[in-house]
Amino acid sequence: MSAVPAGATHRAPSYLSDTWRIARKDLLIEFRTRSAFLAATVFAVLAVVIFRFTWDPTAIPAMDLAPGVLWVIFTFSGLLGLNRSFGLELAEHAYDGLLASQVSREAIFTGKALANLVFVICVQALALPAVALFFDLSVGPSWWIIVGIVLLASVGLSAVGTLFAAIASNTRLAELLLPMMTLPFFVPLVIPAAQATAVVLRGQPIADGMAWLKVLLAFDLVFVSACIVVFPFTIEE
Amino acid sequence: MQSPYETGATAVASILTAGPALTAEALVRAFGGRRAVNGVSLALHEGACLALFGPNGAGKTTLLRLLGGLLKPSAGTTRLHGQPLPGDAETRRMVGLISHHAMLYPALSVRENVRFAAECQGVINADGATTRVLTQLGVLDRADTAVRYLSRGLQQRVSIARALVHGPQLVLLDEPYTGLDETGAQALTDALGALKANGATLVLVTHNLSEGLALATHSAIMQHGKFVDEQPVSPSGFDVPGYQAKYRALVHEGLA
Repeated sequence: MSAVPAGATHRAPSYLSDTWRIARKDLLIEFRTRSAFLAATVFAVLAVVIFRFTWDPTAIPAMDLAPGVLWVIFTFSGLLGLNRSFGLELAEHAYDGLLASQVSREAIFTGKALANLVFVICVQALALPAVALFFDLSVGPSWWIIVGIVLLASVGLSAVGTLFAAIASNTRLAELLLPMMTLPFFVPLVIPAAQATAVVLRGQPIADGMAWLKVLLAFDLVFVSACIVVFPFTIEE
Repeated sequence: MQSPYETGATAVASILTAGPALTAEALVRAFGGRRAVNGVSLALHEGACLALFGPNGAGKTTLLRLLGGLLKPSAGTTRLHGQPLPGDAETRRMVGLISHHAMLYPALSVRENVRFAAECQGVINADGATTRVLTQLGVLDRADTAVRYLSRGLQQRVSIARALVHGPQLVLLDEPYTGLDETGAQALTDALGALKANGATLVLVTHNLSEGLALATHSAIMQHGKFVDEQPVSPSGFDVPGYQAKYRALVHEGLA
């Protein structure tokens, strides 16, 4: 056996390639096991059903309740997948191999956040029609605005969630700590998302919700950048 | 010719050879107030293998993680071919890690695991390098099997393939024989012997003195974060029973 395999030459690290490689690996593992996706989907559907059958339509109109229901479900179902993001690295200590490689810490973070974003969007793609169905919502031609709000909020949710999942994974109480740490940071994300969703569901012009969308966009820009910068510091023991 | 090892005023121990590939100077790593590694210095040249022995909690694994750039030292420096660790991408690419943990993704196949490691290390033609290393380790016929379906011994071979696919110049091994049967252990010894013969530098942490000394060019005994003994290992005529008695005296009877 040669220390250097014949013909093996190396390329310089590429941030985008490495990001995609890590995201693809995480998604492939989730596709093969489906454990987090199934758990999140079952939770989302159960939550919709429970909210539906405890809701009194004569007291609160669907348009007022649905945005809150939607974002509570999105937030908690997303959390179920975030824990697994680093759990699969730590189970067999594969993380050490990844950290010892030439892949940058920043690419590891963005790869994991991208995989989590896809995971969250997939769960939301099932939860959104379920909420519309059970609460008899008619979104009409504004559906693409709802999709836009969901995407904007999902970016921030995935970035912050991935960062805290990395921090929590180093502790013995990861599953308990992750929601405790992330939920306060999700508040400035969920409030504008729910408010913007309510504007669309009430049929108001999108201009009425533009301020909320700007808050969402600002959250994404600030927290995605901050999480990329902070992530390498979460690795050092 | 330089002395094979030297002890400085502050360094607890060092093994100095000409043209060292790996050097560590007065390495200290503290966790809170406790120093897991306390002033270790060493230098190893290409083709050298340091077998590191010691009781649980002596600081062996922490030292290995410092040498691999997975931990930052509280004080001191580590250099690989003159480049500081943890260093840039090029320096990290020179390191391979093998542990008693598989360091694999159970849901992925053997080939996917090794190819992922090759791609992460920037190997061009990762597919070719993967096939080559799987052939060398005798696991090509299981290339498309998910790792979770493999026995412990086969998983360890895949783990070795993962660590060697990019051609590392420094291989760090933490209890690599744990869980291996006789055949697997022999395959690992053969693979490491071949690596050493081709110029890779090895640092091997093990509790098994016989297995460690079979490969070693140098040995060291670590206790309380320090080297309490170090010596070269002659390929012929090394007194293994005598070394075992010395180890027991130093570690178990506290004569350090």
